[in-house]
Amino acid sequence: MAALALVFGYIESLIPTGIPGVKLGLGNLVVLTAMYAVSVRGAAAVSAVKIFLGGLLFGSFAGLLYSLAGGAVSFLVMLALKKSGRFGLVGVSAAGGVVHNIAQLAVACAVLGGIKLAYMLPLLLISGLVTGIVVGFAAVPCISLAQRAGKGKK
Amino acid sequence: MKKKRLLADILLIAGVLIAAAVVWLLLPRGGGGAAAVVTVNGEHYASLPLSEDAELLIRSDDGGENLLVISGGKARVTESNCPTGVCVETGAVSSEGQLIVCLPHKVVIEIVG
Ligand SMILES: [Zn+2]
Repeated sequence: MAALALVFGYIESLIPTGIPGVKLGLGNLVVLTAMYAVSVRGAAAVSAVKIFLGGLLFGSFAGLLYSLAGGAVSFLVMLALKKSGRFGLVGVSAAGGVVHNIAQLAVACAVLGGIKLAYMLPLLLISGLVTGIVVGFAAVPCISLAQRAGKGKK
Repeated sequence: MKKKRLLADILLIAGVLIAAAVVWLLLPRGGGGAAAVVTVNGEHYASLPLSEDAELLIRSDDGGENLLVISGGKARVTESNCPTGVCVETGAVSSEGQLIVCLPHKVVIEIVG
């Protein structure tokens, strides 16, 4: 599972930037698939690798903080909502995307200083939401594929 | 069971949309700005008047590059090699107090009156 996470993380780092939200989306798609189809521990491993690689990508300590804040918070929120059993896949994913962006903005406020960054909040809320919803729908086939693959092995 | 979850999902999504709208409405909005002030890592980098069309390549640490374009009285980042792309996604800004931020490059572009 950890190897798989590394492969996904590597693929993710190869994706060219410039298409906003795609990176966050793919990362969360992998975490979400692992969470539903494999195990919470598997998803945590994927998350940890994703956070670490994300931090390397930014290439600085502040970058690692952004990556950590976004990744850890979105993982915990998605896990909590899934455990609650009240939300569907899309809801869990949308919440994960939104809190990912909020957490990164909070770190940015702390690092760059200044509440002015609140101007970014509506945009980040919407972009996290849209990405999360898309990921939620994309995760349905991914999860059934992963489950079938898992059964095949046994 | 499934229907309940769908409802919860829709409520959650609607809640976020409402929150975004409320924040957007609460933000103070000044009149049209006069200049774009660029700071990198908290230090002043450049000031560009919005009245003149211009392009500025903002270079930050570790090879970070953001292309700031001023045209038609608006400022926007059209290209960036940052990993998130939020600065490009922000689009054009022109009102006093509005910001374009590139977190990975620690670049802040603020519109001042
Ligand atoms: Zn950027």
